[in-house]
Formats: sequence, C-alpha cells, structure tokens
Amino acid sequence: MAERSFAREVQDLRLGAGDEFRGEGILAVTKALLQSGVGYVAGYQGAPISHLMDVLSDAQDILGELGVHFESSASEAAAASTLAASVNYPIRGAVTWKSTAGTNVASDALSNLSSSGVTGGAVIIIGEDYGEGSSIMQERTHAFAMKSQMWLLDPRPNLPSIVKAVEDAFELSEASNTPVMLELRIRACHVHGSFIAKDNQKPKFTVRQALENPVRDVNRIVLPPASFMHEQDKINKRWPAAVKFIRERGLNETFPGTHTNLGIILQGGMYNGVIRALRGLGLADVWGESQIPLHVLNVTYPLVDEDLAAFCAGKDAVLIVEEGAPDYLEQALNTILRRADIQTKIAGKDVLLMAGEYTAAVLGQGVRKFIEKYDGPLLPQPSPTRNAPDLAALAATVPPRPPSFCTGCPERPIFSAMTLVQQELGQRHIAGDIGCHLFALNEPFNIGSSTMGYGLGPSSISAMQEPGAPRAIAVMGDGGFWHNGLLNGIGNAVYNQHDGVVVLVDNFYSAATGGQDILSSRATPAGRSTNHPIEDAIKGVGAQWVRRVDRTYDVGKMLATFREALTTPAKGPKIIIASSECMLNRQRREKPLVAASIKRGERNVRPRFGVDEDVCTGDRACIRLSGCPSLSTKPSGDPLKPDPVVAIDNSCVGCGNCGEVSEAAVLCPSFYRADIVTNPSAWDRFISGIRGTVISWLQRRRDANRLAIAV
Amino acid sequence: MSADRPIAIAITAMGGQGGGVLSDWIVALAEENGWFAQGTSVPGVAQRTGATIYYVELIRPQPGRTPVLSLMPVPGEVDIVIAAELMEAGRAIQRGLVTPDRTVLVASTHRSLAMVEKIASGDGTADSGPVLAAAGNEARQFFGADCQAIAEATGSVISAALFGALAASGALPFPRTAFEATIRGAGVGVNASLAAFAGGFAAAKGETVAPVAPAKPLSIPTGGGEADRARLCALLMRAKAEFSPEAAEMLTHGISRLVDYQDVAYAEEYFALVTKIAARDAGLAVEAARHIATSMAYDDVIRVADLKTRASRFNRVRGEIRAEAAQIVDTTEYMHPRLEEICATMPAGMGRMFEASAALGWVLRTLFDHPRRVRTTALSGFVPLYLIAGLKPWRRRLLRHQREVAHRDAWLGLVADARVDVALEVLKCRRLVKGYSDTHSRGAGKFDKIMAALPLVAARDDAADWVRRLRDAALADPDGKKLDGAIATIRSF
Repeated sequence: MAERSFAREVQDLRLGAGDEFRGEGILAVTKALLQSGVGYVAGYQGAPISHLMDVLSDAQDILGELGVHFESSASEAAAASTLAASVNYPIRGAVTWKSTAGTNVASDALSNLSSSGVTGGAVIIIGEDYGEGSSIMQERTHAFAMKSQMWLLDPRPNLPSIVKAVEDAFELSEASNTPVMLELRIRACHVHGSFIAKDNQKPKFTVRQALENPVRDVNRIVLPPASFMHEQDKINKRWPAAVKFIRERGLNETFPGTHTNLGIILQGGMYNGVIRALRGLGLADVWGESQIPLHVLNVTYPLVDEDLAAFCAGKDAVLIVEEGAPDYLEQALNTILRRADIQTKIAGKDVLLMAGEYTAAVLGQGVRKFIEKYDGPLLPQPSPTRNAPDLAALAATVPPRPPSFCTGCPERPIFSAMTLVQQELGQRHIAGDIGCHLFALNEPFNIGSSTMGYGLGPSSISAMQEPGAPRAIAVMGDGGFWHNGLLNGIGNAVYNQHDGVVVLVDNFYSAATGGQDILSSRATPAGRSTNHPIEDAIKGVGAQWVRRVDRTYDVGKMLATFREALTTPAKGPKIIIASSECMLNRQRREKPLVAASIKRGERNVRPRFGVDEDVCTGDRACIRLSGCPSLSTKPSGDPLKPDPVVAIDNSCVGCGNCGEVSEAAVLCPSFYRADIVTNPSAWDRFISGIRGTVISWLQRRRDANRLAIAV
Repeated sequence: MSADRPIAIAITAMGGQGGGVLSDWIVALAEENGWFAQGTSVPGVAQRTGATIYYVELIRPQPGRTPVLSLMPVPGEVDIVIAAELMEAGRAIQRGLVTPDRTVLVASTHRSLAMVEKIASGDGTADSGPVLAAAGNEARQFFGADCQAIAEATGSVISAALFGALAASGALPFPRTAFEATIRGAGVGVNASLAAFAGGFAAAKGETVAPVAPAKPLSIPTGGGEADRARLCALLMRAKAEFSPEAAEMLTHGISRLVDYQDVAYAEEYFALVTKIAARDAGLAVEAARHIATSMAYDDVIRVADLKTRASRFNRVRGEIRAEAAQIVDTTEYMHPRLEEICATMPAGMGRMFEASAALGWVLRTLFDHPRRVRTTALSGFVPLYLIAGLKPWRRRLLRHQREVAHRDAWLGLVADARVDVALEVLKCRRLVKGYSDTHSRGAGKFDKIMAALPLVAARDDAADWVRRLRDAALADPDGKKLDGAIATIRSF
C-alpha cells in the first residue's frame, strides 16, 4: 500500500482509442506502456517515478486481463536484470527507477544487457532526479548511455510527446537490438496535461510463450568470444541501425524560423524552457512559433551526425542547450562540425551554466547572450523595480525550511535517544543512509556524517572499526536493508567482525519513496509475500547481538538499548532493530476506519498531547530533543515570561514522543496526554461522573480560599 | 507571432499542507471553464514538511493550436502567487516571484514556525513585520488572511480557504460559483471545504476582522480572607502611587503571581525588595519587578501540583484539545521527579540529611526517582497531587525555599553593589534561570557563571555591554559553549 490511493488513476488505464487521458506525465507513461503491448514491467520506486509503480501495483486486475507480468523489484539491479527476458525472446519489457542513484545500482545488469543486445523492445523509464526538488547527487544519466551504448530519449515535456516517445522507444529498441532509456525530468514526471488515448494492447509475445518455447543463443551471452563480438556489433550494426531508425522516423524535430543565420539545438526536455526564454525576448510566442530555428533532440544518444551538420550548415552560430555537466553534446557537436568542415560557431556552456539546473532565468539570460553575441543587441529586458530595503529585511527574516520528520514520525524518538546517549557517553561517529532517517542530519538532531548510498550505511563504517575506541554507529532503514543492506551492510559486518553499532529503522514500508511495501511489511498485499522479519534475516547471516525495540516511542527503552550496544563487551556488530509503523501510512490506514467506527457510534479513544502553558517555562529543551512539527511555540501570554512557551497544535496524532522525551531526559512536567473518549460507554460516563463530582468538590474548596486579583 | 500570454500562478507551501490539492483545483477550475491548464511541481523529499513550490499556467485555447507552457516560474513574470504560510510568502518575494508591476499575492498570514525558530533558547520567532511590509510593497495587490485559522474553524484544510481567498482576489477570470463547482466536483469533504472557501473569500475581501481583546488591567482582589484582601488592596494602591505606570503594571502582575503562588505576606516581601532597588534608580523598577517575581515564584513540585489540579486548568485542556461536550477527556501527566526534587520538598534539615546519606538517597531513588504517569482525572492521581499542592503553607520551611532565598539574596546583593547600568543587566540575567530538573540546573549554572564573571568586568566602562553579551552568549546554545568562550575572552583581557 502506498502513501496515497491511486484508485481513480487506475481507471484511466482503461481508456480506449479516442478517449482523452488527463493527468500526470508519469501516469501517461504508464498508459503508454499498456498501449505499446508491454509484456512485463518491473522497477524500484523513488521520486519522481514512484507513481508509475504505485499505479501498476493498484492495477493488478487490468494487468491480469492483458497478461502483463508486473513486479516491484528488490532493487534497480533486480529491475534491470528483469530485462533479460527480452534478450532471447521478442517480448516487450519496461523497467523504471530514479536516476542516477538507481542507474548506478543497475549498472552491472545494464552493461551485460547492452552487451548481449535485445530481441524484444527493452525500455528503461528514467526519472532524472536533477535540479530543484532533487534529493540525490547531481549527475547525468547521459554518461551511462555513452559508456554502454544504450540509447537515450529525452522527449519534449508534454504528454503527447512523452507517450509517443514510449512507443518509439520500443520500436527503436527492436530495430537496433539495443535497450533504450527514456529520460524524464522531475517536472515532466509531474506535469499535468492530456493526450488522446489508444486501446491497450495485449503483448504480441508473452512470458508464457517464452517459457513454453525456450531458446538459447550462446552468442547472446557475455562471455568470450561473444563479448568481443558484441562490442563490434554495437558499433557496426546496432548503432547504424538506430541512426537509420531515428532519421527515417523523424524522432528528432526541426522547427524553422525566420532568423536563419542562427539556430538552437536542444535536448527535448529543454523545449518548453527554451520557448519560454525566446518568448521573453520577443522571439517566440506561446503557441510555439519561434523566429530562431530549433533542432530538438528527442533522442540525445546516439546523435545523428548528418542531421546536425545539415541544421548547422550555412548558419553563423548555433546554441546547444544541454543541461548538466560535462558538456557531452557540445563536445560531440564540435567533433561533428569539424569532421564535416562546417565553420558555424558553437555556443553552449559559455553562455549557459556548466553546472546546475537550466531554470527559466538561466535559459533567458543564456539565450539572450547568445543572440546578442551573434546577431546584435536585443531590447533590454524591462526589469521591475524592487525595493532593496525590503529584500534586505527579508534576507534577515525568512528562515530556511528544509524537509524533516513528519508529525508523529516513529524515527524521531530514535534520534532523541541517540542524542541522549551521546550526552551520556560522548559524541560518536555516525553514518547515515538513504531514507527519511537522513533528516536527522538537520536541526534539531544534527546527527550523521555521511551517506554512501541506499543500504550502505553499515558498510560505510567498515573502516571505522577499532576495538576499544568509541564505537561508530550506522543507521539504515528497512527499505535500504532489503535493497542492499542485508549483504553489504549486515553480512559484511558479521563476516569482518565489526565492532560498531547498526541501527535498523524498521517502519514497515519503503517510506521515503511513498510508503511501498517490502519483504518485512506487516501488510499483506495481494500477490506479494510479506511479514518476513528483519530479525530472522539478520540472524540468518550470522548476527549474534541483536536487540529489537517494538515501540520506538519508548525513548527510555531506546536509550537503554543504545547504552547497552555502545558498552557491551560482545564481539561482532551490535544490531538494534527499531520498529514502529510509519505514521503517515498508519494515519492513512487507520483514519477512515476510525471515522467509520465513530459514525457507527462505537467507543473510540484518541490520544492527543498538550503542554500546560503555565507550567512550561519556555526553555524548549523538549523541542531540541523532539523536533515534531506539531510541537511549536506561542507567546506566553504572561508579562513575567518574555520568552515564548511551547504549544502543541491540533495536527498532533498522539504518538507520545514529546512526553516520553521529557520523561526520559528528565525535562519538565508540562506535558500531558489527553485521551479523548468519543461515544463513551455507560460505564465511562458513570465512573467519570463520580470522579468529576469528587474532583470538582475538592477544586471548589481550594478555589474559594484562593486569594487573587480579578480582571 | 501571437501576443497571447498565459496566466502564471505559483503556489509556495510546506510539504504536507496540501499545495498539490490547491494546484489540482486550479487546473480543474480552468479546464471546467474551457481553458487550457498545465500544472507541475517538484515534490520529492520536500513532501516531508519542507518548503516547496507548485506552478500552474492557464491560457484560453485556440482551435487547432497547442500552447507551449513553462514548467517553472520566470522571476518577475508571475501573475499570481499563493503562499500557504507567511514566511513562504516572504520566500516567494525573495525568489523574485512577486513583483509590483504584475503579481497578485494571496497569502495565509499565519505562522508555522521553522525548526531554527523553535529551537532557539530565547525568542527565536522571526518577525512577521518585514514580510508583511514587503508583501504590501512588492505585490501589485496583496490579499492576506489567516487561512489556517479559517481551515481549523471549519474543520477543513488550508487549501480550501486559500482557494476562497484566490476567488475573492478576482485575479482569475472565473466567477465564485465556478470555484465552488470545482470543490463540489472534487467530491472530498465538500461541505467543510465550501465553508473554508467561504471563510477565505470573506477574509480576503476584508469582511471579517479578527477581534482583538484589549488587555484588561488587574484591579480588584477576590477570594481568601478579608484581612488578606485588604492587605493586597493596599499593596496594589502603593504600586500605583509609588511607581511609574509601566512599573506599576509589572508590579501588579508580580503581586498577582506571588499571592497566587504563596500568600499576601510573600507579595509584601516582594514589594519591599523591588522598592529597595527602585529607590536607587527608578529605571530599574520594571526589570526588578519582572525578575524578582519570577525568582520568587520558582517552579517547585508544589507549584506544579497546584497548577495541574485546578478547575481552570481542566477547562483549559478541554478547550485546547477541542473536546466536545459529549466526549470524556482523561488527562495523564508525564512526570519524572528526581532525588533532588524529593529532598528539596522536605523540611530543610531532613532534606539535607537525606541528601547527605548515600543509603537514604538510594532508598528514595529506588522508591521515587523514575518516570511516572499521573492520571489527574482519576482520584488515584488527582488526590496525591492535590495533597502536595496543599503543602503550600509549609513551603517557607522547605529545603528548596531556603536555597532559592540564598540564591536570590546573592543575586540581589550583586545588583545592589553594581553600577546602575550594570545592575539593570544583572537583573535581566535572571531570565536564564528557568525550567525544571536538568534544564534548570543548566540555566542556573550559566547564570552563576555570569555572576562569577562580574568582578572581571565590573571596573570597565563598558561593563554593562559585557554582561549583556554574556547573557546573549548564554542564550545562543543549550550547552553553554558560547558562554564559556565569551568568559575565556574576558579572562584574556
């Protein structure tokens, strides 16, 4: 179960020929796969392509009707290996992941796959997690295409172009026996638009047909001498076949313009940005009519030398718009024009950024520089007058707001306890991993010194093992554990007899990517095998010192467990499994059930936490140890207390972390838990009536004697 | 070339606020009214409470042509910015998305504090003033309303209230009924959303003004014995007669706190202490009145028990958690008394004996020093706290009181000995002493360090500045590293 429901989106997958599909770019891809007669789909979730996986997970019945095999792969390496089905059989297959993080993981399989070559269309939907909103290192997938000689599509970011690119990708893959990557940037994945749908196609060749008619071709296997043949085959057969297909089918697009002395060559994904930049300069309109001729590379690898030479010939200068470093396309274009002896000047990274996202502002300035350099001055951009003192005041005022743990997150108490244990035993080297737990890097925890990749937290303290020295700690989530961490983290630590501590954050989901199920999930999704305890797996690879905390909110117990792990004389890695359900997913699961139950008149107890404003002294040690979004401050309302006091807002989900922290850290008695009983039973009403009567009698008695000043 | 221009809309929000819902509504609104709409976003990890942005462009379609719309805002060329929180409005202005020639800014003026604001030791809350000023100056039109309050009052989400404010701004060429039809079409929580929409609409039109309750002055004594009321009345009259209005007001708050905390004699004691300091220089009166009151109303077990068992507190809790009349509310207190607090609540001699004896300490620690949950709505929890609160008449004999008095006297001695400008700063240092248990020890420790450092700077002309700097350093971090550094600097003179 993912963090949101895709019931409506699933229905869109059933649209037939002539129907209008409206929705997100990545969901259009999902529909396009079905229209292309895909035989199997696999992948590993992660922004910005999570929705593709989530929708297909919820669309089992449609996939069943079409005979499409779908699976949520254990990692991108597993996903890429799935494409092996298309090596020997004419089955169309697609896999997806976030890049370059996922492409790195998949590389081993991708190299083998592209060496072998494919028979059926093999397409990799790449969510290029680059620029604003990205959560990973800033690199380009382009390099993977070049090193393995896989083809890379980068379509214009509108739904019809994206859908066409999916269909083209399968055909290109089959025409050139090469896997094809289809790259979509973050905004293109999330762009809302529409296209006219076609009917879904059953796979022309199915997995069943393949299994019933197995074939074997030793020349497809990556082993000498076939591997040397593959290398030649890529260059001498597959590449020319791809170029021929791209030219014949017109996958790249040229848009004429009146300024024929100039031209812009751009990655397809940059198209809307370039048009917007030209529009700002008065050189294009909103309907896409440009005065500068454009050559749009919907395929950025391989390049079609003849087309590029033809576009450039006779022009004074061309601008190549290529996002990210290094400037692969610009270098290639220089080579192409040199070989063709064309003297057209090439601008690119000299007027645009070498590194960093090509935002509207960057493109606007870059295109202006290019045109002014080669065509003469343009009208100056009217820049609105902005009040400098206003901006200076804002710079001093507006606080940064990085992402953090959600309200009620069960991971927060783990880091509260880690903070407390360090206060007791001294600071430790702590390695982070990929997942929500990485938010501990920021305030208020400031925990974590490195992140090496998904599930690589424990192995990133491999060198930091020195018996007798303060033990290092590695954090890893359950997502990372099943992705990579069981072997490279735990197995490695056991085999090498690491001395450090490993904290396994088990929140029942791959939470950071949107709450997808994994092997150890407690849910029982149809067609998947879950409920496999992490503890069993760890013990299976030989770990001895394993402790499980089944309610992470018990800060006292977490603290005691850390203390023991850091001080025990036991040998080998000290592994703590900290288990509590991701609150975001728990709320999504429970809220409708609770609402329905209350509606039926059933008794319900909802906990909520609060702070007594007159007991709180506003020192805020609790916030520094908890950091919950619902735990905030408000003016004290007391002239004697100038500092704000702590307050809990109504977004509180009653997890109790704040109270537990204040208790474990011996902070203050301001916190209270209120259990709100809806639809109380007769017994509830009776007992609370008696209590209330006695308590209010005692209260009245004291209040009557209380000297006060009336307002 | 066509001069058609799309309407560019940026939504800035925090992850989890529902900016995506608002973006979807705007897209649906446009499409239902025959416009072409394109929306996109960069959610990623920002979905987890971080600052994020959604971008929408709308254009009236032309037959046979498809617009090429931007996937991201161009600074200086955004028609509408909707900010779901005040500082996010500020961030949008900083990013250049709001410009005076064209941008209509619709913002919720509520504050959701960022982590750096919340974790400061003093008051880290960012000033809303510069953002409101910039919103007024930098936007073509600014519609501000507390949409969060509207959402909470209507049991809906902020997106609905903002959608209402957007409709009221008139920045989109669609009538109010069209907006409401979109909410109905979405089909989730329709009635609450429509109520929040109406609230946002009215607030943005300036039709509702949040009532501001004027602060009422404290005046008439109530409760207690007649003699006590007379003494209290006399004290209040003296405060008015002998002090400036500002100091008298602070004194009245102090007196009110101390009669509530202990008794009228305690308030008289307080009045005498403040009078003595103010006699040196009237400029010291306000800070003396404030800080002596807080030092005398130190937070002890009796005080906490008293506050937790009051009827007014029971009512406040019900209000805060929005309990309905038919709901039963059980409250449980999270407490962790340490050996120190237990000994401090004993008569002074006995408390010292228990503190000095390892064996007795062990017994007490084993019996009492662990986290406990006290259910104040059950008699088993209420009665013990009620009895502890009843120890008030004996407070003056307890170990804690003796220590507090000694500590206070030492502090006021330093105030008395210091130059007037330094004395004011020394008074203000008392702000550092607050909290309970470990936090109290840490705060008091910092305070004591500054007091100990006073002789090092006392002779300097800029002694007052140094005390203020030390205080700021003490507030800058919880573990006191900055303060230690500042003191080391002073020692190096």
